[in-house]
Amino acid sequence: MLHRSMGAWGIAVAVAVAGCATDGTPREQRSAADRLAELEAPALKPVEPAPLGAAGVVVMRNAVVWTAAGQRHDPGFVVLRGERIEAVGAGEPPAVAGAHVIDVERRFVTPGLIDTHSHLGVYPSPSARAHADGNEMTSPNTADVWAEHGSWPQDPGFQRALAGGVTTLQVLAGSANLIGGRAVTLRTVPARGTRAMKFPGAPVGVKMACGENPKRVYGGRNQAPQTRMANVRGQRQAFLKAQKLVRELEAGKTPERDLASETLAGLLTGRLVAHVHCYRADDMLAFLAIADEFGFQVRSFHHALEAYKIADVLAARGISVSTWADWWGSKLEMFDGVPDNAALVAAAGGRAIIHSDSSRDIQRLNQEAAKALVAGQRAGLRLTEEDALRWVTANPAWALGIDGQTGTLEAGKRADVVVWDGHPLSVYGQARWVFVDGALRYDRTRPGAPWSDFELGQGAP
Amino acid sequence: MLQCVMAGLIALLGAVEPPCTALTGGRVFAEGRLQEGLTVVIEGERVAAVAAGAVAPARCRTLDVSGQVVTPGLIDPFTRLGALEVPLEPATVDHDAGAAAGPVRAAFQVADAYNPRSVLIPVARREGVTAVLTLPVGGVVSGRSAFAELDGATQRQAVRRSVTALHASIGGGDGSRAASWALLRQLFEEAALFQRTRAQWERNASRPFANHWRDLEAVQAALAREVPLVVQADRASDIEAALALARAHDLRLVVAGGAEAWLLADALAERRVGVIVDPLLYGPGSFDQVHARVDNAAMLRARGVPVMLSTFDAHNVRRLRQIAGNAVRGGLPWEAALEAITRTPAEVFGWPDQGRLQAGAVANVVVWSGDPLELSTRAERVFVRGREVSLETRQTKLRDRYLTLPGTPAPPLPLP
Repeated sequence: MLHRSMGAWGIAVAVAVAGCATDGTPREQRSAADRLAELEAPALKPVEPAPLGAAGVVVMRNAVVWTAAGQRHDPGFVVLRGERIEAVGAGEPPAVAGAHVIDVERRFVTPGLIDTHSHLGVYPSPSARAHADGNEMTSPNTADVWAEHGSWPQDPGFQRALAGGVTTLQVLAGSANLIGGRAVTLRTVPARGTRAMKFPGAPVGVKMACGENPKRVYGGRNQAPQTRMANVRGQRQAFLKAQKLVRELEAGKTPERDLASETLAGLLTGRLVAHVHCYRADDMLAFLAIADEFGFQVRSFHHALEAYKIADVLAARGISVSTWADWWGSKLEMFDGVPDNAALVAAAGGRAIIHSDSSRDIQRLNQEAAKALVAGQRAGLRLTEEDALRWVTANPAWALGIDGQTGTLEAGKRADVVVWDGHPLSVYGQARWVFVDGALRYDRTRPGAPWSDFELGQGAP
Repeated sequence: MLQCVMAGLIALLGAVEPPCTALTGGRVFAEGRLQEGLTVVIEGERVAAVAAGAVAPARCRTLDVSGQVVTPGLIDPFTRLGALEVPLEPATVDHDAGAAAGPVRAAFQVADAYNPRSVLIPVARREGVTAVLTLPVGGVVSGRSAFAELDGATQRQAVRRSVTALHASIGGGDGSRAASWALLRQLFEEAALFQRTRAQWERNASRPFANHWRDLEAVQAALAREVPLVVQADRASDIEAALALARAHDLRLVVAGGAEAWLLADALAERRVGVIVDPLLYGPGSFDQVHARVDNAAMLRARGVPVMLSTFDAHNVRRLRQIAGNAVRGGLPWEAALEAITRTPAEVFGWPDQGRLQAGAVANVVVWSGDPLELSTRAERVFVRGREVSLETRQTKLRDRYLTLPGTPAPPLPLP
């Protein structure tokens, strides 16, 4: 079996090799994207082995299978083989030799939940100065830092997110900077190092921020940016440099390494994915003008409390909205938040996502999606439970560029599966079993020892 | 009781025709359980009757609430509602006396800042919250909280108790907790001495006190057991120290936060110390919460501790019923969870005519489409002091403005 983190590396290497000197293609004929991948490949090489533990062949029968891909099989079955889903269907499963068969007694079975916005690892529990590794507040452009270098795999929050049914999360740098750095998409698995938690082959996100945070952090020090004007200027200047780098690479030149520009060049060449923290409608529109000027796509606006004011624009451009069900008001750019935001985005034909941005709400993403659904239905919008489930499964998978791998229960996808006690959208519902890559990682009735070394021996009787 | 009768008389004599509503056919949460077949009659500001076959005066509006659930209005006993609008805009932040006020601010009274026109209030009300405790924060002794109902255009109408508790906060890394306890002990010792030697002090014949006389005066209500001392603390050792302080001065103690309170459940039960819990806390969010458990509320309740639940918030006080639902998810009985956001805070803080549906109680009443703790349920009708209040909020107005896109905030004017 291919080593998991080797899988991620393998893809990177494959990309690098494909455009590399080994096939004899002259440097000037290789794309800027390929040359950037080649530059980065050594930094992505795995060090420690990834945790394995797929349970083999598992058949879950007598289930209410909710695929998040348009079907609900009641009763239905799911067959896991190794790290993958082998089959999903209605009625009784086919006989599978050597399978471990679980009668799930009409429990709901859904895809693992996915959070596009987390700071687990980079702002771990317990809150500690020593572990505040998510905001490099020394320069408004830190496109050259990587969240995977700040994330602490021993954060007790990962195991608790898993207990909430979360199997995948994007860990982002904070929003103090105009360009905060590279994000990393992780699995909720126990590991000694962050690389062993990385989602194989997931594209890398780049965290950027509009609005109050950068101008407050730097303006408060009498540095730029102090205004929204300088926010936009700072981002444009950074992209100008990256644009120059792309042109030089395309021309076959070998420019001096510049880690920040390489990240932004990754956006310009479509290798990396733009995730933009932005609340106000006008701030999002201003950012889209930057994206248009430099020719890149925004994959998701995060928080985006005023997305409902521009839902038509976002839907037309295929930009997803990662938002909360109800957080609002803690600063003025959050003052116009409405609980119907996700629902209004969905009703306008856009892609809504419920994210957590919280070590607490990530434990109950299902409830947050339910609240957002109820708010929309109360507003008279025609939305279904299927929509709400997709807000925390299929849609975030799309935003993270891993929708071919996870986010729905479909044959061939990774075996990221939650079995629920109660209805997944009920306040009383909770995960009973959670599989990540076919390994049973959580059983509510057998909590076992904490993963985090921090929690060992803490002296509770 | 006398207060009830007086209010009833005033209502009858004062108003020509006080509003009167009869709710029939619903399942009613009364006497600690859901009951079928009870009619709730609201006359003026009070509940006139909760009984099977209760007959409402002929002039009453009768609402058939069959299939719906009727509960007391929810009470969040630990919020900043009305004293905080936009946390990062100092002009709207009034719940903290500020660093210049020093660590002891017992005289600070947050009721003076309460803004009944805060746009946060209808947001909470829309989800069935009808009353809150609004607390001061900051320092070791933060000041005195208010009890407010979520209706009324003036402070006078909304604030029902301008002083309802004295608040202290321990831990969290702001200096040594031992220094905080020393300040608290000194405050209570001086306040007791101040009271005993008041005459000498008036003649300027006492030794100087470390605390300002206004702070010493503000503590008297807690020493006289008229109001509780609410200590916000999570670590078990701090809760233990709070219990010691309460024993030394015979205080009515309430613990807020209490992430590790389950470790001291028996001692808390013995003194009938109420604990305000956040059931969403699961995990060591801080060094004071290393032993936080998801079933904290359930364990406390099982040992006989009066358990209350709070959002510990301002903007999302509306989450209160979700919070209670999560306490049930963590093992608290459903009825106890509902009481933890209605009757229990009323009893612990001493708001005797609040938090329950019975004759004579203040008519803060909510009609729900179903189980009030379930996410798919909505508050259909909310009554504050007998008046049905609007469920519109600034947020519903914003939503309605952008329901149809593309659009602009306002259409062009018709030609003159």
